[in-house]
Amino acid sequence: MSIFVDETTKVVYQGLTGSQGRFYGLLNKEYGTQVVAGTNPKKAGTDVEGIPIFAGVADAVQETGATASCVFIPAPGVKDAVLDAARGGVEFIVVITEGVPAHDEAWFYNKLKRDFPNVQLLGPNCPGIISPGKANIGITAGHIAKAGGPVGIVSRSGTLTYQALYELQQKDIGVTTCVGIGGDPVPGTSFIDCLRAFEADDETKAVMMIGEIGGSAEEEAAAFIAESVSKPVVSYVAGVTAPAGKKMGHAGAIISGSKGTAQAKMDALREAGVKVGLNPTEAGELMADIIKELGL
Amino acid sequence: MDLLEYQGKQLFAQYGIPVSAGSAVTTVDEAVAAAEAVGYPVVVKAQVLVGGRGKAGGVKLASNVDEVREHASNIIGMDIKGHRVDVVWIEKASDIAEEYYASFTLDRGAKLHLGMLSAQGGVEIETVADENPDAIARIHVNPVDGLSEGDCRSWVEAAELDPAATEGAVEILMKLYTAYTEADADLCEINPLILTPDGRVHALDAKVTLDDNAVFRHPEYEQYDATQVRDEREQAAHDKGLQYVGLDGFVGVIANGAGLAMSTVDIVNQVGGKPANFLDIGGGANADVMAGALEVINNDPNVRSILINIFGGITKGEEVANGIVQALERVAIDSPIVIRLDGTNADEGRAILQSHLSDRLQLQPTMLDAARTAVELAGGAA
Repeated sequence: MSIFVDETTKVVYQGLTGSQGRFYGLLNKEYGTQVVAGTNPKKAGTDVEGIPIFAGVADAVQETGATASCVFIPAPGVKDAVLDAARGGVEFIVVITEGVPAHDEAWFYNKLKRDFPNVQLLGPNCPGIISPGKANIGITAGHIAKAGGPVGIVSRSGTLTYQALYELQQKDIGVTTCVGIGGDPVPGTSFIDCLRAFEADDETKAVMMIGEIGGSAEEEAAAFIAESVSKPVVSYVAGVTAPAGKKMGHAGAIISGSKGTAQAKMDALREAGVKVGLNPTEAGELMADIIKELGL
Repeated sequence: MDLLEYQGKQLFAQYGIPVSAGSAVTTVDEAVAAAEAVGYPVVVKAQVLVGGRGKAGGVKLASNVDEVREHASNIIGMDIKGHRVDVVWIEKASDIAEEYYASFTLDRGAKLHLGMLSAQGGVEIETVADENPDAIARIHVNPVDGLSEGDCRSWVEAAELDPAATEGAVEILMKLYTAYTEADADLCEINPLILTPDGRVHALDAKVTLDDNAVFRHPEYEQYDATQVRDEREQAAHDKGLQYVGLDGFVGVIANGAGLAMSTVDIVNQVGGKPANFLDIGGGANADVMAGALEVINNDPNVRSILINIFGGITKGEEVANGIVQALERVAIDSPIVIRLDGTNADEGRAILQSHLSDRLQLQPTMLDAARTAVELAGGAA
């Protein structure tokens, strides 16, 4: 199994005609994802390598039965794109775009919750989601992920996700689904959303959780793990040596005063029974030990 | 992007929030002229992006021209917690009956905007939150709904300010919320928000942080860029559009992706080195960006070796490799470079680098190997 998306998920790519959308849309299709449509209000009726382009998501959904969308639209247009997708009837929206203003994110996060409660948003500023062997929606290099489980991954960082997939592949450990929740301050999907889904997924036997400085998502996840997660969790938190007050790349990666430090997150996770690696390689080794202990 | 106090006040004034009359000046003569114009008594206030200005002697009352001269000449050029005072704000002094605190910021846990209002202004809000959390009245605002006057009024009542301040506070808070949302601020804080003896409510300070991601819809942000405090390295990186944070070590770090970059910085520390910087070349960086990044690192006099850690998702291995090769052709890189390259088109990238490998440019198979090698080449542990 996998969580959120699999080989039957039909995806419309908003921005398929742009250079990034096209490059990744076609790569995703090659991987096996059902890339059924693209949108561009000015190019409706055309196609990208045979993939039909519609003016908006509603048209694409009507014609193709798409249930998910992937947004490669530049930051200024993301708010409208998310709304177009929700109104168009998809249930899962993946926003790859970085640089979306926080006020826009806060707005559309709440707009979806209120008016489109069945719609799940992933991102913004995320690499997307990959269920190896089934579907890859976004920019993860699919070849680095080994299919078949038993590990589920959830991460705020894109490149550390790749690093985690790689470490596990090197140890011949497969992944059920790898979810990049992104580095922004108002992510549509949280650590807790993924942990809950992994807990309910038979094929996932252990979870790798990759966090970083800023906000309190890891602490909230730790509390959830203590209460509701029976499967073993390994974690790595980036930014142990980050100085306070400086945004470290991601809009959400900033230590404010004393809040949001990596150390506090690692402590909270350890207290919840999570095994915490001090670097991605160590996290991979801790996971390998767990898989061995589970006899998998 | 953090604004200086006077910039925050100018922004507040645009939204009709009452602030004191004043001028930003950079010399003692200008300070005197400003004081004459605004009328005594005035307050001479250091404009720096750190707190604790008062304690450092950077905020002084002046009742006549001699005092303005004295205070301005002491404060201009003063160092406050490592920040040099280049600009001073000369402001008409206010009589203060009460000091309050007000702010709007994003509550990341609730995913709603958070307004905080307290009758205990003029002190560190974090201290109030610690010692007397009930003294802070909080309101969550859903961005979809905005702040209604009714809700604002209830919130002000909950803060138990002097009743004379109620109307003024409600009006200012409604305007503050508008400023916070329309200016795309991460934070809008007034501390203190004062009640004057004649019953007016007034912003005596302004702390504003703007969301860099919103620059595309705020051409007016450009004026604030000039007063941002960056060291030379950070300014050079900023001019090239690179995400860079200066640190004080000797291993230069370049990585793709903020998480990987943070991780690389952590790992250099773990293997006994000291990172000179954080630098994220971002997703999909091309050869030009890579070359620019190497030039910035190369100009850091503290750098003794350079660690390039790339795991390509949206970033392509051949772009990275071409960038490194281009940089080596454009500029003499002073330090040995160690590269770890994995992910999209990594094989193509490594093939391009093959013919350029030497003791000044080497490939390592893992992050940890690359970090250890970079530290060795830099002359060993810190």
